[in-house]
Amino acid sequence: MSLLSDDQKMLQETAASFLAEEGSIAKQLRHWRDIACKDGFGHGLWKQFAELGLTGICIPESHGGLGLGASEAALVLEEIGRNLTPSPFLTTAVAATRAIEGTAHADRWFPGILSGDAVLALAVDEGPRQAPEGTALDAKRQGNGFVLNGAKQFVVQGGSADMIVAAARTSGSPGERDGITLFAVPRNAVGLAVDSQAQVDSSKAARLTFSNVELDADAVIGEVDGGWAPLSRALDAGGAGAAAELVGVASGASAMTLDYLRQRKQFGKLIGEFQALQHRAAHLHSEIEIARAAAFKAAQLLDSGNDDAALFVSVAKAKAADVANLAVREGVQMHGGIGMTDEHDIGLYMKREAVLGELFGDVYFHRNRVAELSGY
Amino acid sequence: MTDLDTFRSDTRAWLEANCPAEMRTPLRSEADACWGGRNWKFQSDAQARWLEAMVGRGWTVPDWPRDYGGGGLSADETRVLKEEMTRIGARPPLTSFGISMLGPALLKFGTEEQKKHYLGQIARGEIRWCQGYSEPGAGSDLAGLQTKAEDKGDHWLVNGQKVWTSYADKADWIFCLVRTSAESKQGGISFLLFDMETPGVSTKPILLISGSSPFCETFFDDVKVPKDQIVGEVNKGWDVAKYLLGHEREMISGMGLGMGGSLGASTKPLDPLLRAEIAAFDVDALAFAAMSERFAAMWKAGEAHPASPSMMKYAGTELNKRRNELTMAAGGSDALEWDSERGKSGATPRSWLRSKGNSIEGGTSEIQLNIVAKHILKLPGA
Repeated sequence: MSLLSDDQKMLQETAASFLAEEGSIAKQLRHWRDIACKDGFGHGLWKQFAELGLTGICIPESHGGLGLGASEAALVLEEIGRNLTPSPFLTTAVAATRAIEGTAHADRWFPGILSGDAVLALAVDEGPRQAPEGTALDAKRQGNGFVLNGAKQFVVQGGSADMIVAAARTSGSPGERDGITLFAVPRNAVGLAVDSQAQVDSSKAARLTFSNVELDADAVIGEVDGGWAPLSRALDAGGAGAAAELVGVASGASAMTLDYLRQRKQFGKLIGEFQALQHRAAHLHSEIEIARAAAFKAAQLLDSGNDDAALFVSVAKAKAADVANLAVREGVQMHGGIGMTDEHDIGLYMKREAVLGELFGDVYFHRNRVAELSGY
Repeated sequence: MTDLDTFRSDTRAWLEANCPAEMRTPLRSEADACWGGRNWKFQSDAQARWLEAMVGRGWTVPDWPRDYGGGGLSADETRVLKEEMTRIGARPPLTSFGISMLGPALLKFGTEEQKKHYLGQIARGEIRWCQGYSEPGAGSDLAGLQTKAEDKGDHWLVNGQKVWTSYADKADWIFCLVRTSAESKQGGISFLLFDMETPGVSTKPILLISGSSPFCETFFDDVKVPKDQIVGEVNKGWDVAKYLLGHEREMISGMGLGMGGSLGASTKPLDPLLRAEIAAFDVDALAFAAMSERFAAMWKAGEAHPASPSMMKYAGTELNKRRNELTMAAGGSDALEWDSERGKSGATPRSWLRSKGNSIEGGTSEIQLNIVAKHILKLPGA
């Protein structure tokens, strides 16, 4: 079924009014950016997410969460995207939650996520593009535990996280899926250097350097050498979530641009009367609808455990990133000079799209995965 | 098990038992389809058996009411039936403009007598229909049509010419837009149904760049049409026409479906740059397939914007043209042979050329974008 249930519609309405009111660009993104906040988001807002139950959207009811899934997370993420709301929702409440679910770490971290106190991050990338099979961060057995050496980058909110889920190699070679192990690494672990950097969109991501970071055996998430399964689960949930957020970014940019076409006058006419712009706007609208359908289908397939879920996560992420990119380019161009100013919000959409497009694998990563999963 | 699961397993078993093996191979072209009609010659026993079996269950039109020859299925059941047919590669038992275009318009605008009479014939594949819309002077500007129907008391007298009438030379009946008043452009159009064997009707096929002739010119010279063969009110035919165009656009948009993945997998070795383009296409094609599912569910639930078929038609046909461009590129010089055995009688280049019409017929892409800009985006002056 590709339509929303009544419960889903209610959740969507709740998220839409909450984020439009509390998560607006003026209240959140611009505020934290302009005071150069070290986290890039507000902990107060994260608490409000928790009060509405949203931080526990993917946490099972047995742990006190809402026990919902990727479809419901997608509805919230679309509203986050529309308002460019900075928050740890995608990394903490979706991706990292999926990585630790069903393990002892769930008992340790779910309460903090539910209360809006804990922030978790995911450390996967070791180069400028996502390549999870290429994980090389070295984890050697030592005594009763492990010692980690190597580096990670683009660890979103790594500087604010209480715990970082890190993919490391315990056997085999980079390029192999077997031999990867997930570790729960405290941010203040001895030997871990966290270099948090503002990204183009004013969000924060960290470069991590592991220098003989010693971890107990119980830091392992799931099975030693068997990290690929929980890692894929986290990356697919993250990818589907990022796709939904990108649909929101595209919709927000498009709505702003359509408003401008309806009020800006040149040559004595509203510029929205010009067919050259009308056709581009109509094309964009059609693309956004398609991206939304793809993102929602990916989420539904994840929730039902369908065999095609991975394929559709890649379809959704690639399509949504493509379309959001079109939306922000058209947005800035159609706004003309005002679109180039920092004062106007349309440029903020362009910046956010760049980061989300990269997160959990870029367009090329996911097109390639579609080709591989399709047998060519 | 839910009711839907039970329906799925029953349907699966029934299809396994009743869909002949020959009907589980892909349609290579429109010519392979079963179109039905008074003069239809089945291409095989299997084609006849498959149609009969599906007609028996009302599954040529699964979501139409049982009273009118349909299967009375819900939206979910219809989707499950479609999925189960796709699973075994079952061909549609019947392809017809009666099903995809006229039927929905009759369900909405027809009288009870008209529904009982015409819909059953359509569901059983007894009458093959064609569409008389475009005229030499009325293409994108369809409402400018001039074919005239005069009220002669006990009948309409029709004179004029249509063009791009799909399969007019093979059709039994036509649904036709005619001018019944010159006083208003859109408000002077009526929607008539009549038999193509009526004296005064003649057709002439048009040869296309693809080498086939799916369209005709159709001429009306003092054609007498009984008064009760009008759908909707006199001079209100534009409403029927627009509604029907929505269904035509929905049907044409479906051409963008399928193929996701198979193109790249069937072409080896694959140039890496071409592979990248095919992968980009597959992303778009599979995303559009998700949109089609969503659109069908929304349309059925009455949640779709009335102008959304224009969006679907635009996106689907542009996608189909792109797919054909890639099929040509992937085929290289193999894809250039026009009528060889090896090249399946030029199936690839003929399909490629035919696809160029997709974004013209049923309203051009530019017209669809105008409609989206005006009715969905509400842009000024559109």
